[in-house]
Amino acid sequence: MNNEYAVILDNVQKTFDGKDFILKGIDLKIPKGKLTSIIGFSGTGKSVMLKHMLGLFKPTSGKVTVLGTDLSTLSDNELTQFRCNYGVLFQSAALFDDMTVLENVCFPLEEHRRNLTKDQVTQIALEKLKMVGLDPKHNNKLPSQISGGMQKRTGLARALALDPEILIYDEPTTGLDPILTEMVDNLIVETHQARPGTTSIMVSHDLLAAFRIADFVVMLDAGKVLLAGAPEVFYKSDIELVRRFVDKGTKQDTKPEAKTEMKPQ
Amino acid sequence: MTKQIASWMDQFFFYFFNGFKGFVQEVGAVTIFAIQSMRLLFAKPFRYTEIIKHIEFIGVQSVGIITLTSVFTGLAISFQIYLGFKLVNAVDLVGPTVALGISRELGPVLTGLIVAARAGGAMAARLGTMRVNEQMDALDVMGVNTKQYLIAPRLIAAIFCMPLLTALFDFMAMVGSWFLCTKLVGLDSAVFMSKIRDTVEVHHINEGLIKSALFGFMFSVICCFKGFNTTGGAKGVGEATNRGVVISMVSIIIIDYFLMNFIRIYYIFTGVSN
Repeated sequence: MNNEYAVILDNVQKTFDGKDFILKGIDLKIPKGKLTSIIGFSGTGKSVMLKHMLGLFKPTSGKVTVLGTDLSTLSDNELTQFRCNYGVLFQSAALFDDMTVLENVCFPLEEHRRNLTKDQVTQIALEKLKMVGLDPKHNNKLPSQISGGMQKRTGLARALALDPEILIYDEPTTGLDPILTEMVDNLIVETHQARPGTTSIMVSHDLLAAFRIADFVVMLDAGKVLLAGAPEVFYKSDIELVRRFVDKGTKQDTKPEAKTEMKPQ
Repeated sequence: MTKQIASWMDQFFFYFFNGFKGFVQEVGAVTIFAIQSMRLLFAKPFRYTEIIKHIEFIGVQSVGIITLTSVFTGLAISFQIYLGFKLVNAVDLVGPTVALGISRELGPVLTGLIVAARAGGAMAARLGTMRVNEQMDALDVMGVNTKQYLIAPRLIAAIFCMPLLTALFDFMAMVGSWFLCTKLVGLDSAVFMSKIRDTVEVHHINEGLIKSALFGFMFSVICCFKGFNTTGGAKGVGEATNRGVVISMVSIIIIDYFLMNFIRIYYIFTGVSN
């Protein structure tokens, strides 16, 4: 079994209606212990591919292997247990709105570490919240009472609670302001560096961040992998779509030119 | 002209069969969901805290509305029956008639409708919101059996609470009936009570309680199914809640008729008096 790769997708195809294929034969190997960024235009199949990695979708054909385990061989119960290897930070943080910040982080521990006492669970949760830099004064607040950035931190603390081998970030900075975006990017890098050996996978529209923080970048286009490799590979690529993406990614700070002159009303 | 009629018929059968196909698919999906949920009722770990939380919501928080509606139902139905029976000089039978009607039909059906609207709607909305806010995905990827965590406690709580709420409804409706008959229209209290004792048997009350447990299971499965399979953001949540409540209420009324017949047949075969 290949131990170099955390996730291997072998000719994965997916269709929901039997006609239109969302994934058209994805061949991809995501290296273990690296921070991988998956980029691409909207509707290219990034989220669908991510859900295959998580075992939430089954491929129409092909094979998904995660940490050496072929997900198709697992029963529903085995798959549920296997998912303890993942920690996921959702775009919306997906915190349980009837639980406090601390209860949210305690939840996965209460579910899967039933041998721990309540005090031990709380202790671990507090450590995780401290790790992501959330002020303890927010611990007893409900998610609706804290800011978007704090929600992301809480979501990350919850994702880290079970010390997963694979950390997945599903568009973590979409819809955030530039300062918050930078904070979340830094948080991802810090978390990755603080946990050597953990594989981090980030699906993102934020090209600048993808090239800045990732060790390995995968670009999808129309349900296929267009290019995969280190960020340098992208800078040197001659593929037109990649060039447009890279140029756009590196020129994000520049002001867009107006195509037509606006007449004063 | 013939071609046009043929075209209309084509269209009619197309829509009719598509509608029928959709209905069969929906019923099939709800049935599978119900079977899966029933299996999960006995699956470990038992989530006592969640079950108690839902009992508090479905049961305890419904006590006020059930009390209020049942008393007025008892008052209204007793008065109508009194007016009818007065014409044939049978006012002594108002009490037992109301008691039988309430315990066998109105109690479980009205309790089912009220709780389906109140708690069922809330269930569908809550689960729908969790679905569109990715909270269910979060549970899935955390390795938590979503149905076992979210659905099973709600079903258990609904099945447990409905007979208790129905018993409350029956009792309070009879209090309303007693008040109207003895205090407002001047019937004798002792006659009212003795006629009820002579007519109503324990199996009449049990019949209503068993039906109500079934209604609890039904509305919770339907509303959970609708909420669990919500798609399309806030609009989807609204639609899921609406459809969950409407289908639950209609189902309760329809199933009640078939249950009534089923129970009659059971009584005939077992020799129990109606």
